[in-house]
Amino acid sequence: MDNGLIIHMQGVSFAYPGRGLVLDGLDFSFHQGNRLGLMGANGSGKTTLLRLIVGLLKPLSGRIEILGRTVKEEKDFVRVRERIGLLFQDADDQLFSPTVLEDVAFGPLNLGKTREEARAVARNTLQALGLEGFEDRITHKLSGGEKRLVSLATVLAMQPDVLLLDEPTTGLDESTETRLVEILNGLDCSYLVVSHDMDFLAKTTDNIGYMSDGKLSFDEEVVPHTHIHVHPHGRYTHEHSEK
Amino acid sequence: MIEEGFSQGNSLLHRLDARVKILWVVLFSVVTAVCDQWPVLTAALALALAVALALALAVAFMARVAPRELVRRLMPVNLFVIFLWLVLPFTVTGDPSFTLGPLVATRQGILYATQISVKSNAIVIALIALITSTSILTLGHAMHALRVPRKIVYLFFFTYRYIFVIYREYIRLKEAMKIRGFCPGTNLHTYKTYAYLVGMILVRSSERAERVHQAMLCRGFRGRLYSLSDFSMRTADMVWMGAMSACVVVLGLWNG
Repeated sequence: MDNGLIIHMQGVSFAYPGRGLVLDGLDFSFHQGNRLGLMGANGSGKTTLLRLIVGLLKPLSGRIEILGRTVKEEKDFVRVRERIGLLFQDADDQLFSPTVLEDVAFGPLNLGKTREEARAVARNTLQALGLEGFEDRITHKLSGGEKRLVSLATVLAMQPDVLLLDEPTTGLDESTETRLVEILNGLDCSYLVVSHDMDFLAKTTDNIGYMSDGKLSFDEEVVPHTHIHVHPHGRYTHEHSEK
Repeated sequence: MIEEGFSQGNSLLHRLDARVKILWVVLFSVVTAVCDQWPVLTAALALALAVALALALAVAFMARVAPRELVRRLMPVNLFVIFLWLVLPFTVTGDPSFTLGPLVATRQGILYATQISVKSNAIVIALIALITSTSILTLGHAMHALRVPRKIVYLFFFTYRYIFVIYREYIRLKEAMKIRGFCPGTNLHTYKTYAYLVGMILVRSSERAERVHQAMLCRGFRGRLYSLSDFSMRTADMVWMGAMSACVVVLGLWNG
């Protein structure tokens, strides 16, 4: 793990059956403390990249090294998933337990924590995200925004080194999005966010990568920035930048 | 979908250990199912109704709705019973009771059908009274605590969690069909469209299942689910279990 290199991908290619290459010799390095955004057209392979990192998909060719070890098989990825958390696009995929507390405690229990420890971790995580009192709520009866935040809690409860977020702002109203920005900025954790929302990425990440032609590039000259602008319907409550 | 209207409350029946309720219902069902003496069956039905009444009285805000709700929930089982009534009186051999055209109904057949009706209703009433006063969640955990195979408990939980999601997907597809002018009728187009609808729900559910499994893998799932809850028997639970089991045992012995 030289200078905090966590994820190192070299020449990784991937194709879904019956379609052309989605990733074509992609190189990517992710270091401890990085806060990266990831943009790109639909179908450019952003989600695929996240899935390759946690081993839900296996590359056709290329090398993936995580935490200094080459990972290839399912059993290698079991360890990876204990350190790298993935927030799914659809919270309904992530929340499968009947109650919030059980769902948040699921990860810690899998990591071998006792019930008391898992319960405590779950409570603390919920509290840290401002979700006190949600413990006994029924997961499928939560609102869309609540589901997203609880999903985030379920991943954070595993205390990962790296967080991968797949379009976390989809379907969120502005106040929940603002809350998510605050949460991410307050996290003591490296993360990689896939999003189409430039404003959101500008507020939460230090650098943004672009996916195109199956490759990932970071343009050093592009500096994320926020700006205030004027447009019709401006009187309706909405947010573009801080306060 | 799944309503848990009866599960909210704070009566003795609600506070009863869910394991006790499950065990008693199983015991009651088995004994009732094997009994064949009329007085015993009547007593079993009365016992089930008494438990149901206790629940109806306990859920005060539902007291007026309760009888109607009970009847509504008895409908599915009695649909099967109706089919038995259509067949059994005419197929069981015995003394003729009345004739319906070429069909002869026998006294034994009618009694047999009546017996099945009483038994099945008694069992379902007891089930409704005890099981619906428990939340689905607690029920699952109680099954786990009773060493019901883990896979069944998971199936139970996942069904509860995802039936709503699948139902919402169904509604969305149906609305999308409606919005494009779909009017169900008795024609091939309708059948084909419904076949597509069902097929699409199956495909989506299966994809959903895969994603849920992947999300679980990402959180370190290795084929074992852990439960957070504990059950503890209190004196009230033991007294209830003792007394109610005694009733069932008496029923069984009375039947001989």
